Amino acid sequence: MRILIVEDDREAASYLVKALKEAGHVVEHAADGEEGAHAVSTSTYDVVVMDRMLPKRDGLSIVLEMRTRGDVTPVLVLSALGQVDDRVDGLRAGGDDYLTKPYAFTELLARVEALARRARPGEVETTYRVGDLVLDRLAHSADRGGEEIVLQPREFRLLEYLMKNAGQVVTRTMLLENVWDYHFDPQTNVIDVHMSRLRAKIDKGQAKPLLHTVRGAGYMIREPAK
Amino acid sequence: MNPPLGPSPATPAETATPAADGIGARLLRLSRMTAVRLSLLYFVVFTLFSVFLVVLVSHDAARIMSDQLHEAIDADVTNLEEQYHAGGLMRMLVTLDELGRRPDAGLFYVVDTAGNPIAGNVAELPPAAIADTDDAPHPLDYVRFENGREVGRLALVRTIVLDNGFRVLVGRDLGERDRFRAVVRRAFRAIVVMMILLGGATWLFLSRRVMRRIDQVSATSSRLVAGDLSGRLPVTGSGDEFDRLAVSLNSMLARIAELMGGVKSVSDAIAHDLKTPLTRLRNRAEAALNDPDPAAAHTALEAVIDESNALIRTFDALLMISRVEAGAALSNVAEIDLEALAEEVVDLYEPVAEEAGGTLELVECYQKYVVKGNRELIAQALVNLVDNALKYGRRDGAAPDVKIWIEQNAETVTLSVMDDGPGVPEADRARIFERFTRLEASRNAPGSGLGLALVAAVVRLHKGEIAVEDLAPGLMVSMRLPK
Repeated sequence: MRILIVEDDREAASYLVKALKEAGHVVEHAADGEEGAHAVSTSTYDVVVMDRMLPKRDGLSIVLEMRTRGDVTPVLVLSALGQVDDRVDGLRAGGDDYLTKPYAFTELLARVEALARRARPGEVETTYRVGDLVLDRLAHSADRGGEEIVLQPREFRLLEYLMKNAGQVVTRTMLLENVWDYHFDPQTNVIDVHMSRLRAKIDKGQAKPLLHTVRGAGYMIREPAK
Repeated sequence: MNPPLGPSPATPAETATPAADGIGARLLRLSRMTAVRLSLLYFVVFTLFSVFLVVLVSHDAARIMSDQLHEAIDADVTNLEEQYHAGGLMRMLVTLDELGRRPDAGLFYVVDTAGNPIAGNVAELPPAAIADTDDAPHPLDYVRFENGREVGRLALVRTIVLDNGFRVLVGRDLGERDRFRAVVRRAFRAIVVMMILLGGATWLFLSRRVMRRIDQVSATSSRLVAGDLSGRLPVTGSGDEFDRLAVSLNSMLARIAELMGGVKSVSDAIAHDLKTPLTRLRNRAEAALNDPDPAAAHTALEAVIDESNALIRTFDALLMISRVEAGAALSNVAEIDLEALAEEVVDLYEPVAEEAGGTLELVECYQKYVVKGNRELIAQALVNLVDNALKYGRRDGAAPDVKIWIEQNAETVTLSVMDDGPGVPEADRARIFERFTRLEASRNAPGSGLGLALVAAVVRLHKGEIAVEDLAPGLMVSMRLPK
């Protein structure tokens, strides 16, 4: 995947470049607004990470320009401001996701992966498969090894989101935002409780667990190792 | 023996200026003093006003006196002319003689055609004096006999010519007008002297009485600027403006001291509450560093990340409260269906309640409850209340039983969270909405002590009210939001 990082903070940028390269992506870095604007207008990327406050040019104006041009490359907007309104501004300008500085690198990496996956062209999947777990989005049903799993509506959406991002880390914040539409962090780890319930329904009594906890980051659903 | 000396006008300036200052500096400082400026201003204004009054009155009085003189002269002229026409020259001379002998007599002088004086009560006049006949009186220097001496005087005179060619001069002495002018001049001098005295007295009063208190105010405020918040302005008890000012400034100072105390206690609390996990973090990292087993080091590092996440969460909560408190204007305001919002929160937290063996439910709604506000903020406030109720609203060992209840009246919708726990002691009820308040009973439970502070901030932002009620058993926290 080709990823462009437009970020003036050298240290953060070099860490991101390194981490994303290790994950097997092709990464380019632009250190200011003009460089970033030039890069997005001359090359194509799968995901763009755009800092909002950049030297020479405002990040949001670049995103707006991309969208006006008809460029639908998913953009993750980074901001140091971090107010509820900033997020709304960022999304309104055409950003696809929004992250407040300072952020945990795992959070950013997980979101970049999720964005890249979302943008991947292809048919709209009506069925997700991970190992012998199957989720039918139309029938709103799931089964593992042919045995039906009874899910609450919220559990279904949780599993749906996890399976859509199968093989990738999904953070607790991402789950709260995408399944509950809450952009705040409850003081208690409520997500963990939901996940343990979901895990009980999916993996209980199974030889090969599919749902994994990634310490310090979040959760991941993936194919069992062969 | 010398009489005791009164305060000299220089005293205030001396008390206001350190003796070390030079004369120039002293004068400069003197000119800057409000007392001096005010006294000078009063002096100039009052003097100008008094002078204007005196000039106006004396001008009017002089005009009236002048009119009277003219009228008297005209009356004499008319009288003499009438006498002349009625009884000839002799009769006029007799009348003239009579008029001339009155105590307030005017000036009379008659000459024949050759210019020789034939009658009158003044010494000889130069022929030019009566050469002209005129209708309007004009001033004339003359000599008068007074107590056997000749006295030079000024008069207002008018000359007429009889048909036999004799000339008659009729006039009035102007001494009275001059005396009046002298009175006015004296009044002028008295005014200037009095104004100087009054100005001095004003300066004395202002500088000694008023400025002294203003100096006290500025001395106290310099102490405050220096950081001593215990300083207060003196109140004399006279109830004057300065007392009122001192009282209101003192209450302002008390409020500032209280707020500063609040800020201090919050920063103390932040320091304390954050130092504990930071120390734990450090110790874990140290232990991981010293552990020869790489697997154990890895586990320790993961724990470090978890600990850091908890810290970041605390900071996020603090920032969130600051943002909400700073947000004078609400953003993203929309109509919110509180029942739907509460159902979402129940959906999020029900597993947490069940995990603890308890329940969380929304008491059934039979109406639509709609408020205008920020969905995220109200949801977070409710989440915090539910979170609190589930954590602390349980008796020893018992399962939490939490209910959300919505009711409304014409103006407000009230969103309440009830538990059946031990409640909060009356004395602590106001305190629980402050940042970092952890009651003794919940000291050991996890939590940042920020949840209710955020609830209070959100409710304030929505111009609502927050209430705590003892259900005995249990606690009910209510957010009353305007529709």
